[in-house]
Amino acid sequence: MTEPIVNELTIQAATVNGSGSQTANLVLTRAIFKMGIPVAPKNVFPSNIEGLPTWYQLRITPHAHMARTDQVDVLVAFNATTWREDLRSVRPGGVVIHEEAYSTADARTDLTYYPVPFSKLAKAKIQSDTLRKQLANMIYVGVVAGLLGVPWEALEHGVKRQFLSKPKAVQVNLDAIKVGLDYWQDHFSKTDPYRLEPMTGAVDGKVLVEGNQAAALGALMGGVTVVAWYPITPSSSLCEYLIAYTERFRTDPKTGEKRIAIVQAEDELAAVGMAIGAGWAGARAMTSTSGPGISLMAEFAGLGYYAEVPVVIFDIQRIGPSTGLPTRTSQADVGFAYTLSHGDTKHIVLLPGTVEECYEFARDAFDYADRFQTPVFVLSDLDLGMNLWMAPAFHYPEKPFDRGKVLTKDDLDRLAGDWGRYRDVDGDGVPFRTIPGTDHPAAGYLTRGSGHDENARYTENAESYARNMDRLARKFETARQALPPPLTDETHKSPVGLIAFGSTHAAVLEARELLAAAGRRVDYMRVRALPLSAEVAAFVSRHDRVYVVEQNRDGQVFDLIRLALPVDLVGRLHSIRHYDGQPIPAAAITEPLLQAEAVPT
Amino acid sequence: MSVTLNRIGLARDAYKGAATTLCAGCGHNSITNHTVKALYELGVEPHRLAKMSGIGCSSKTPAYFVETAHGFNGVHGRMPALTTGAQLANRQMIMLGVSGDGDTASIGLGQFMHMIRRNIDCTYIIEDNGTYGLTKGQFSATADLGSVQKKGAVNIFQPIDPCAVAITLGCSFVARSFSGDGKQVVPLLKAAIAHRGTAILDIISPCVTFNDHDGSTKSYSWVKDHEESIADVSFIPFFEEVHIDYEPGTIRDVELHDGSHILLKKLGDDHDPSDRIAAMRVIAEAREAGHLVTGLLYVDTSMADFATTENIPEGPLKDLGEDDLRLTREQFDQFISEFA
Repeated sequence: MTEPIVNELTIQAATVNGSGSQTANLVLTRAIFKMGIPVAPKNVFPSNIEGLPTWYQLRITPHAHMARTDQVDVLVAFNATTWREDLRSVRPGGVVIHEEAYSTADARTDLTYYPVPFSKLAKAKIQSDTLRKQLANMIYVGVVAGLLGVPWEALEHGVKRQFLSKPKAVQVNLDAIKVGLDYWQDHFSKTDPYRLEPMTGAVDGKVLVEGNQAAALGALMGGVTVVAWYPITPSSSLCEYLIAYTERFRTDPKTGEKRIAIVQAEDELAAVGMAIGAGWAGARAMTSTSGPGISLMAEFAGLGYYAEVPVVIFDIQRIGPSTGLPTRTSQADVGFAYTLSHGDTKHIVLLPGTVEECYEFARDAFDYADRFQTPVFVLSDLDLGMNLWMAPAFHYPEKPFDRGKVLTKDDLDRLAGDWGRYRDVDGDGVPFRTIPGTDHPAAGYLTRGSGHDENARYTENAESYARNMDRLARKFETARQALPPPLTDETHKSPVGLIAFGSTHAAVLEARELLAAAGRRVDYMRVRALPLSAEVAAFVSRHDRVYVVEQNRDGQVFDLIRLALPVDLVGRLHSIRHYDGQPIPAAAITEPLLQAEAVPT
Repeated sequence: MSVTLNRIGLARDAYKGAATTLCAGCGHNSITNHTVKALYELGVEPHRLAKMSGIGCSSKTPAYFVETAHGFNGVHGRMPALTTGAQLANRQMIMLGVSGDGDTASIGLGQFMHMIRRNIDCTYIIEDNGTYGLTKGQFSATADLGSVQKKGAVNIFQPIDPCAVAITLGCSFVARSFSGDGKQVVPLLKAAIAHRGTAILDIISPCVTFNDHDGSTKSYSWVKDHEESIADVSFIPFFEEVHIDYEPGTIRDVELHDGSHILLKKLGDDHDPSDRIAAMRVIAEAREAGHLVTGLLYVDTSMADFATTENIPEGPLKDLGEDDLRLTREQFDQFISEFA
């Protein structure tokens, strides 16, 4: 037996969509996390209800590398259709647990095979006809637990945590796991190097949470009261979590009265329209969607910008163009969202890079929307939104809501009614607003998407138009300075820098470790909002070569940064792009970077 | 000259808006005047009124009444979405939507229908002239089959009848009227405002510039010649006493949520406005006969409006603060610990 490989391996479960495999995967994930070992799961699922192949990658990672990896150490082959293809994905020396019936006649000889008669076991050992299909997946959890040495207590925790709301299901699932575990113990002796050992300290104070769960919680803590949405993958779960959390935290247990309205709209046009209507009427309002929905929201986004209505729009990005791959990730909406709608429209875009930031930015987006009286986009993605991520426990907000410049009845009395909705009183481009329902004769005005003057009256006057557009630009500059600044690590004082944003962060962190190990230390800036901070150009000026890493084909943020740079710095900027729909692995950064750095520029 | 004040102490002038920029003689201007009269007589508080509209000639009109009220002239065909959101944010507001036939029956048909399905508490006026005025006279989707454009083109498509659509969808209040018939429009408007739920008011409102010629079925002369009112409408607001001095059997009395009453005096055949099938039949028969049937076609006062269905508080959601909306620190910590 070769040198043991402890706690550093990737399990890939190849299963059939709709068969209940995800529950088994999550039980295994939670059990290993319970052992104190960091985990980074990635679910690769089809746009399908039942029958198509699906894969679950569980990276077990003592150094808490959260990015996807291309290396599969342990394959759980549970899908006859993809059996041959799945075998090819395993690294040399890896392990294959597979249904005994699959032929290994001409299979690779550099792997260790553990054939298990899953179907026969399920038929013989699982009594319930209705649950057999689902519970069969649990058998493989038992086999993997045997293979790697996952303690029974951890498995128990995993099952209980997964079935929090269905405690009756705990025992049957544990029984099925036991079937797999017993089979392992009765039939195999270990000949491979992989095993797990409990760790201490690595996951203390950590949680496992999906970005969409974090964003839903953030929205609640940010005080959202009107939500309008239209179902679309990978965004739907955000609003579904909101609905679930609302039942628990925003519903009067006696009367059933809800301190929030959540509307499933007829389409994304209506969804964002309702949110803008609610934002106009003074509520904290949001919608959540993905690329195709963002396309439909273009019209209303321009109204929100020009009429200056606060609203929060979540875009959980999937890969386009058009319908694209609905269940695959990307960062390819960022350029579009930034200038969504015709005319000179520009938006505030928040770019959470971690699940903590999904929580924080979702919460704070409502403050930004109110402060700047404009749509605020929060661009997450499928990888961040739908996968579980290990993260530090979230913090309770210490600040009250920031409702921005709102004039009340008393304010209007004090001003003797002398105010104008679009006047720039403070020189920061941010006007004052009154909220419908304010009981003062001077409060009312007609909001419109057509030309308007400082007092919100209709105008086609050239100077008025230009003056208003200049003020909007000024407001955008004020926002630029108030948004979450980029985070920078220049401890290496390297001539080479990386710039990234969003979920690419995880791969960059790992890539920097790999590069450092290869003698190439690189600095790092993570952009967290658009419009770009002035610090981005400053970072470029301090480095000879800067690589912008992003998950889209065209280098959209690379382009935005180039536009923001003085001409003499533009040549320092390079682009690394990953766009196959799978979350970016560290290798997709290190390989092109090392290649580029090998050739003197 | 003494000024008559309404029940909240406002003069009729307090319900006026900016000067209209629509054509002289436009039916929409009459509807604006009827709206001013209805709001004044009801004693609506201007700060509680939200004037909502889309795009088109009709959608400009919220600027021309109650200047001190808030309003939102949004994007084409999307007034229902804005109104839905605003209504949920603040149930205390009186939502008054003004739309046109293009805004409602073409680009906005989807939102129109879904607003009805939800029974959003609002009044939805369709200023219906069968033509696109601002873009100079194209047919709209409510133009009747065979009606003739100013330059002679004949409409070859079936019309969409907003009232028929609304009734089919289970709309809780459906009426049709004519901009020139203030005696009917004003009580219908008051009833629509008092009604809790979506109240559709399809008001034929001739376009004097592009659709008031021979061969049009939305011209002043055609409507005057073909209008058939199903009943005389009068409205008794909740703050006035009901005195019925009609002969028994000649009057129908519909009581609304706020205690107001709609009184319908039989004209020809007796129409029961709570009978959906009858309402559909009345519309279909009038269409076959080449008439324009006006009046209160259908009303259902028992249907819950959307905010009630959603079980949100009577007070505005917009006014809730941190204590109402955030998890407590204990709830938060407990919740986070469940992710460990």
